[in-house]
Amino acid sequence: MEAFTTHTGRAVPLRRSNVDTDQIIPAHWLKKVTRDGFEDGLFEAWRKDPEFVLNQERHKGATVLVAGPDFGTGSSREHAVWALQNYGFKAVISSRFADIFRGNSLKNGLLTVVLPQETVEELQRLAETDPTAEVTVDLVARQVRAEGVTAGFELDENARWRLLEGLDDISLTLREEPAIAAFEANRPSFTPRTVVV
Amino acid sequence: MGRTLAEKVWDDHVVRRAEGEPDLLFIDLHLLHEVTSPQAFDGLRKAGRRVRRTDLTIATEDHNTPTLDIDKPIADPVSRTQLETLRKNCAEFGVRLHPLGDVEQGVVHVVGPQLGLTQPGMTVVCGDSHTSTHGAFGALAFGIGTSQVEHVLATQTLPLAPFKTMAITVDGELPDGVTAKDLILAIIAKIGTGGGQGYVLEYRGSAIEKLSMEARMTVCNMSIEAGARAGMIAPDKTTFDYLQGRDHAPRDEDWDAAVAYWKTLHTDDDAVFDAEVVIDAAALTPFVTWGTNPGQGAPLSSQVPDPASYDDASERLAAEKALEYMGLTAGQPLREIGVDTVFVGSCTNGRIEDLRSAASILDGRSVADGVRMLVVPGSVRVALQAVAEGLDKVFTAAGAEWRHAGCSMCLGMNPDQLAPGERSASTSNRNFEGRQGKGGRTHLVSPQVAAATAVLGHLASPADLSDAAVATPAGV
Repeated sequence: MEAFTTHTGRAVPLRRSNVDTDQIIPAHWLKKVTRDGFEDGLFEAWRKDPEFVLNQERHKGATVLVAGPDFGTGSSREHAVWALQNYGFKAVISSRFADIFRGNSLKNGLLTVVLPQETVEELQRLAETDPTAEVTVDLVARQVRAEGVTAGFELDENARWRLLEGLDDISLTLREEPAIAAFEANRPSFTPRTVVV
Repeated sequence: MGRTLAEKVWDDHVVRRAEGEPDLLFIDLHLLHEVTSPQAFDGLRKAGRRVRRTDLTIATEDHNTPTLDIDKPIADPVSRTQLETLRKNCAEFGVRLHPLGDVEQGVVHVVGPQLGLTQPGMTVVCGDSHTSTHGAFGALAFGIGTSQVEHVLATQTLPLAPFKTMAITVDGELPDGVTAKDLILAIIAKIGTGGGQGYVLEYRGSAIEKLSMEARMTVCNMSIEAGARAGMIAPDKTTFDYLQGRDHAPRDEDWDAAVAYWKTLHTDDDAVFDAEVVIDAAALTPFVTWGTNPGQGAPLSSQVPDPASYDDASERLAAEKALEYMGLTAGQPLREIGVDTVFVGSCTNGRIEDLRSAASILDGRSVADGVRMLVVPGSVRVALQAVAEGLDKVFTAAGAEWRHAGCSMCLGMNPDQLAPGERSASTSNRNFEGRQGKGGRTHLVSPQVAAATAVLGHLASPADLSDAAVATPAGV
């Protein structure tokens, strides 16, 4: 995984709540067996509208998505994270994220930042009035900075460390091999196995 | 202090606990399907890793599979490639697979329980958010992303952040014609699509205890639609009776040992939940959704809400956008909404009791002109049972289409889709924009409401059918 320390880029406001992962990447895109090539599927239905915020010339090249509450609800599809990253997003800011989406993001180095709804709206207003305004998402200082906005954010220390170092979770877990083997040796005999009976 | 059911199951699976780090949990059962696994197997291959516990892993094909002409090659080359990729990966890594055409094939969350692989006290994961279904057995079961699928394949564990607990207590009797689906839709409308975020929900109370296993699965299935990490129900005699004799259920002394352990899996009297919600079962009526998220629902007897009635600005905006997408106007009675498609199936309502329930209403009646009704059993086993009971004949005699098992129109990854502007009454779990096909409009309903709607051509409950009284089948 690519490490995330700090990122500065332009923001694009997405003033919708409950953006589910079916909207982020519709199901017919999930037939692909790779992790890339999802950028054209991102918000596919909404992008058919020329007025949709991602289609507006002034927001082209933005790398920080500032979304409404409850972003990433629904399906567990990690393709939603890949689509956002393939399109060029480095961070998503919202007042609330769905759990699975947030977990998937952190595993791929897409930073999800939780800020109070008022701050999210302030950033949305800023991006709307001045699309060239830059927003800095600083994981080292756990802070979002933009003109007129300085807001701290929480992220649990372990998740932050993994992101800052770009650590591969599986390698870390495999260091615990003796503990896993010890646990396995003590599982009750009644627990089922998938071996055909 | 006592512990909740969820905390007990969690504690029994901790492989490693260290200050400031997420607990490392052992995973008892890993379910796979074709959509969220290819990139995970690729990751294993690139790193030269194997599947640590093929004996705790099982795969089935469901999301992409056609429900017609299953003996012919799959028409969509991309779908075909994805299924072939799963077959190749399972063969290479030694994972048990039930492919299209196999008697154990079906929707992954129907297959696990019917094989007896889902048992109380287990940790169950799958790259699918509706893994919460398995919580009906008192298992801690949750959906994961593809990176986590790879993690479980390689290590049979997951590092997991702690959760909060929420009790959803449903006391009283569900009135006739009110099903588990109506109950869970009402719960989601009450707590909201984000209300469960960070929580494991435990459904409890006398109304829950009276539910059959299949009805409990319907409730737990939609926990994710309230944003919850998982949903659980404490195992009891209903659970044990369902499991006994199934292929993978314990036998002989193992059965006795298992039941003794399972009986300890309940929330202690002095345990404290982080949040509590109370629902009066007797006050519930058939419930349907009008909007584009599962929280946007209301009693069938009510009207499309006025967005202006919402105090919260983002909820108001969401309601406005939902009505625009759904082509509805505030104040319109929900019963007057006409549909052109009815879908009975999915991991929410694709089990035998659901089919019996829908068939009991369709028996001797006809699907309304201009309405297409698809009945898609959740698994081949469910289909065979339905055929043995003659339900397929009831459906086809009424003018419905009897299809092969799979996820089908729940998410429209196969050819079963709504055309733009088409409107469905669907027993599935998500009414998101475009979920059942680009531009399609979805109303989530129970199997009974689906069947009555098919007959009348507009959203309706069995009580609206004037010609006969309709009995509620036991357990639903």
